[in-house]
Amino acid sequence: MSALTDMIAGEAVPGHGGCPRVVVNEDGWRLAINQLSAGSWTLLGLWGDTGAVHMATLAEDTREIAVVTIPCPDGRFPSVGALHPPAIRLERAIRDLYGVVPVGLPDDRPWLDLGFWDVQHPLGKRRDAPSSRVPYTFLPAEGENLHQIPVGPVHAGIIEPGHFRFTANGETVVRLEERLGYVHKGIEGLIAGATLDEAARLAGRTSGDSTVAYALAYAHAVEAAAGVQVPPRASHLRALMAELERLANHFGDIGAVCNDASFSLMHAHCGVLRERTSRAADACFGHRLMMDAVLPGGIARDLAADGVDHVTALLQDIRRSFPELIELYDNTASLQDRTASTGILRAELARQFGAGGYVGRASGRAFDARKIPGYRPYDQLAFDIPVLQSGDVNARVWVRIREIEQSLGLVEQILNTLPSGAVRTELGLTAGIREGLGMAEAFRGDVLAWVRLDDDRVARCHLRDPSWFQWPLLEAVIEGNIVADFPLCNKSFNCSYSGHDL
Amino acid sequence: MRRILFEGLVRRPLTEAPPVADDAALAALAANVDRAARRRLGRSLSIREVDAGSCNGCELEIHALNNAVYDLERFGLRFVASPRHADVLLVTGPVTRNMREALARTYHATPDPKWVVAVGDCALDGGLFSGSYAVVGGVSAVVPVDLHIPGCPPRPMQLLKGLLSLLEAA
Repeated sequence: MSALTDMIAGEAVPGHGGCPRVVVNEDGWRLAINQLSAGSWTLLGLWGDTGAVHMATLAEDTREIAVVTIPCPDGRFPSVGALHPPAIRLERAIRDLYGVVPVGLPDDRPWLDLGFWDVQHPLGKRRDAPSSRVPYTFLPAEGENLHQIPVGPVHAGIIEPGHFRFTANGETVVRLEERLGYVHKGIEGLIAGATLDEAARLAGRTSGDSTVAYALAYAHAVEAAAGVQVPPRASHLRALMAELERLANHFGDIGAVCNDASFSLMHAHCGVLRERTSRAADACFGHRLMMDAVLPGGIARDLAADGVDHVTALLQDIRRSFPELIELYDNTASLQDRTASTGILRAELARQFGAGGYVGRASGRAFDARKIPGYRPYDQLAFDIPVLQSGDVNARVWVRIREIEQSLGLVEQILNTLPSGAVRTELGLTAGIREGLGMAEAFRGDVLAWVRLDDDRVARCHLRDPSWFQWPLLEAVIEGNIVADFPLCNKSFNCSYSGHDL
Repeated sequence: MRRILFEGLVRRPLTEAPPVADDAALAALAANVDRAARRRLGRSLSIREVDAGSCNGCELEIHALNNAVYDLERFGLRFVASPRHADVLLVTGPVTRNMREALARTYHATPDPKWVVAVGDCALDGGLFSGSYAVVGGVSAVVPVDLHIPGCPPRPMQLLKGLLSLLEAA
């Protein structure tokens, strides 16, 4: 029993894979909330289940992860968001999906249910939706000479849909409020009852840009539940895919941030590097985004015969051309003028919200799922987690640049130490209920997956996108900046709509 | 920067040769499109992309059309920021219930003549997400569809072929 679960009076669930799970009463739940609001623990996830609510937590001192469960047979539980704001949207979502009431939640507006579904509480006790929609009230901003700018859900670029409500005084943003949920597809509803491989396909389409990371987090959870380890060659090739995915997205993002500052030269060159990375992925694994390549127990197919050559050529290409682009970014004063000191995220907020990825790392938070909880083969590979303190758009670009350099080193190590052998193992699931938690580091931060298997089917699967803890911070970051800098701030976060809306 | 710009002048272009139009797509389209409109518009189409519930995989490949390798604009095809400026709506995703109204409104905001191209396997019939309480189905469940480009997601070259066949037939 770990020190963390010793603290919580409750009943440990035997055989929970990946980390301990403790079922607590209301006192234990409140103790957990106090640890979160005091900053001793970080919230990793909060999700509904039949007759219960679970939270995943990280103890900041021991770096231990645990799941804390409160049964709620009467459909109510003490709100975490009442004392710990990062939980508010998660609880609004739990209420929409399960009909369970977080008692004391300071915001009683719906979150994912925008009033267009036929049913209410689709994952809990279903009932017909009311015939008329309740209007949504945005939070007020009061003062002289304020005006509102509504944007979306259909945006001007090739982007996902969501609504932004700006209140501005002239050019200066006084308040931004996001309204999301437009691309809610009901993935968790579809996964319930699916086979392991069907569920992997759905998990891999939660956020297409992170398809490898999602499939990996889900596979980690299933493998933790089943108590199996994948063959060494499979974990190496999974890491190769994950780093290629990270490279492709970081190239895309760096170019896009520069493009939003109207510096299209960087955008063009980064776009070519992204394209070459996608082509190398295609040559290696038969799909440009590497969808459906990671499965529970290993990977779907081995690396192509000439895969190593393709990746080696890609690395040479990047190592040759990327340093010039870094120099170009760093030495263009007009570009720096837009990114430096724009959209500053305070370290305290990044810590409180447990912001992952470049959003957290540009504001001093070093968390990376490849280190904690950590998974194979990263424990055998050498790499650093770049951390900066200034928290502005520029810092979020630089973290990506540094991560590209780290990923190049990782890919080289993976190729140099690539084991031979099988790439998939049998899970050997026997009848019964098994549960497990898994994590994977996507390019934008840590993805968390929790599964409950019933025989060889998925009874419940929760997938938590890193964006849940980043979107609210974007609202904080834009305050006091000018409207014209919103695209830069937004792109430097590059939160997922689909991953969040689920 | 000067060196990078100079290299751009002397280096062979990265842009690839255009693909031949997709025959199957062309046939699917021929029946649906008015030739007169084609003459009026000339060889140019303005495209408004609408994500109606996609996982964002299709968006990544649509983005790739704009990179130097595929260089969509050389064909007179370009992405515009408003449906008011568009001839073509490029719609991705299973249409979610939460996006149905926004998609319908975007369609109505697009001036005639207009075409709708549904992109990706989900856009055909909801794909993997069909049957969900939160999903309406394919794009044609909400707006009339002229052309469907399959794939999960379609490769940029498939997208390019589909769009070129729209140009040929439009």
